[in-house]
Amino acid sequence: MTETLLKVEGLKTYFYTEAGIVKAVDGVSFDVRKGETLGLVGESGSGKTVTSLSVLRIVPKPGRIVEGKIELKGENLLAKSEKEMQSIRGREIAMIFQDPSSSLVPVYTVETQLRDVLSAHEKISKDDAHKKILDLMNLVGIPEAEIRMREFPHQFSGGMKQRVAIARALALEPELLFADEPTTALDVTIQAQVLDLLEDLKKKMGMSLVMITHDMGIIAKMTSRVVVMYAGNVAEIAKTDDLYYRPRHPYTALLLAAVPRLDRKKTLSIIPGNIPNLIEPPSGCRFHPRCEFATKKCEEAPPVLEEVEPDHFVACYEWKNITLKGETGKND
Amino acid sequence: MTEENFLQVKNLVKYFPIYSRGVLTKKQVGQVHAVDGVSFNINKQETFALVGESGCGKTTTARVILNLIEPTSGEVLLDGENIFEKFKGSDKKEKLKLRRKMQMIFQNPYGSLDPRMTICDIISEPLVIHKHVAKECRCERVYELLKLVGLEEYHAERYPHEFSGGQRQRICIARALAVEPEFIVADEPVSSLDVSIRAQILNLLADLQKSMGLSFLYISHDLSSVRQISQRVAVMYLGEIVELAETDELFDNPLHPYTQALIEAVPIPDPKTKNVKARLRGEVPSPINPPLGCRFNPRCTHATAACREKKPELFEVDKGHFLACAQPGQA
Repeated sequence: MTETLLKVEGLKTYFYTEAGIVKAVDGVSFDVRKGETLGLVGESGSGKTVTSLSVLRIVPKPGRIVEGKIELKGENLLAKSEKEMQSIRGREIAMIFQDPSSSLVPVYTVETQLRDVLSAHEKISKDDAHKKILDLMNLVGIPEAEIRMREFPHQFSGGMKQRVAIARALALEPELLFADEPTTALDVTIQAQVLDLLEDLKKKMGMSLVMITHDMGIIAKMTSRVVVMYAGNVAEIAKTDDLYYRPRHPYTALLLAAVPRLDRKKTLSIIPGNIPNLIEPPSGCRFHPRCEFATKKCEEAPPVLEEVEPDHFVACYEWKNITLKGETGKND
Repeated sequence: MTEENFLQVKNLVKYFPIYSRGVLTKKQVGQVHAVDGVSFNINKQETFALVGESGCGKTTTARVILNLIEPTSGEVLLDGENIFEKFKGSDKKEKLKLRRKMQMIFQNPYGSLDPRMTICDIISEPLVIHKHVAKECRCERVYELLKLVGLEEYHAERYPHEFSGGQRQRICIARALAVEPEFIVADEPVSSLDVSIRAQILNLLADLQKSMGLSFLYISHDLSSVRQISQRVAVMYLGEIVELAETDELFDNPLHPYTQALIEAVPIPDPKTKNVKARLRGEVPSPINPPLGCRFNPRCTHATAACREKKPELFEVDKGHFLACAQPGQA
């Protein structure tokens, strides 16, 4: 059994807006193991980003963590003071954001921004910092690092900016890296480069990676386990292969069937309806209004995660009674 | 029964001038080669896809075809009529008639619907402009269109902000269909939508095409959706078409090194398919000073001296499979 690095239990993060309380994350539990790549997949509004912001305790106002436990190597992060959190962010847990153009400061050179990260956590001389930054930029594959570190973010292309953001996140060699849609803003060929880079760095530095994305292709390529989220809840947690070939939650199966594949044509199935409003989410299982297998029970109380086989959890009352089709690995 | 060459694009060129700063001394200092000699044709009832990365000129091509921006040179024939000549002419009626035949669906349904108009106003606006149906029948037609795209009659009185992204895109589709066009440009119609909604819209577009016999120019950077919806595909790189073939042929037997790299770069949602390492190094060069010879040569692993000197022309390798490469199928 591999070691658990991060454990999230019953996490609830609500946003107190004028229109009402948005239950963005409502009872989410999962764990991240040492050295693994965990996928966090879901559509927009499923709570995947808020979950990661909660772990770092940087949920923007009017959001608040209401309940739950977040343990990093056995220590409860929710009990830490802001000062203690500051030394954890960057050093133990770091994050890469979706849009590299807005996550880098436009008025500072790349060198300054990277040095800020280094000097925020430890005393470091200018020369040492310079050397370290040079190493970092080489590590993430930015050519002519010596010249480029004196440039500003707008002089970099999208892919290069994301490399800078990765260098910044890795500056203090964190044990856990959250990558929130790191390639959504990039072109496919650049996306492939950045994904390869993340994979290499993860191996080289022995860290754990949480890949947050809505792209089932990236999940299949990068991860070893997956958490499927829907409307602020966890629907299913499984090893990647199990999830694709033997999905147990109706939402997972529908999601797989709705994604077109490049290697062949297939009949796209439709998930009827829309993503629910999180101010007044549907009662019981939040997926029940869109689920063809929903029964009376599903409307009444929300299902809890059940272990259906080792390492495969599903939050569905009906999993025993239904057979779902996953990817076959063959042509249909 | 498909009719060939419903829309013909011949040697289309669009350069955007770049001016030096200064009000009095404004001088042209260069130009962006956005579209550089693009030719293709679209058959009746066909979905033709243009794919490529950002900045390759696919959207500019579409906009020039619809004469939303003026071409630098080239010809576009719609049903045999030269549309640029028509648009240069002074006959307003003729211009309107042409506009009615060609409509566009935009990428971002949040930006392309006027927030202060009701859905009924939005969908009937083209009907008013083109006097397409009699005043009394307008409402009826709007309801009909709403049903066609999977919405309800009571939605007509609402405003765009009351709808989700997928529903908004349906409204955009209804508006485009209002005047019964024959040719529709869909510019990344699903890329701002969620996965589960994407499938709905793709299926809707495919159904509408079948039932109404439309021709589509589908523009996308998402190759998986292109494979799903289109019959023929052209791959663009830096303003030029590098490969053009029927969809299955292109994806199963890509010959241009860029097409091959593009296809390999897309992760497939199946853990058993082995994903190879990214093959393409570097980034797309600037279209202001595109590389000499084959524009792909600085990133191509098979480039020879000839590739750096002479620009390869598009030629037919196999029936219906066109390629612009001096070293085809080298991978």
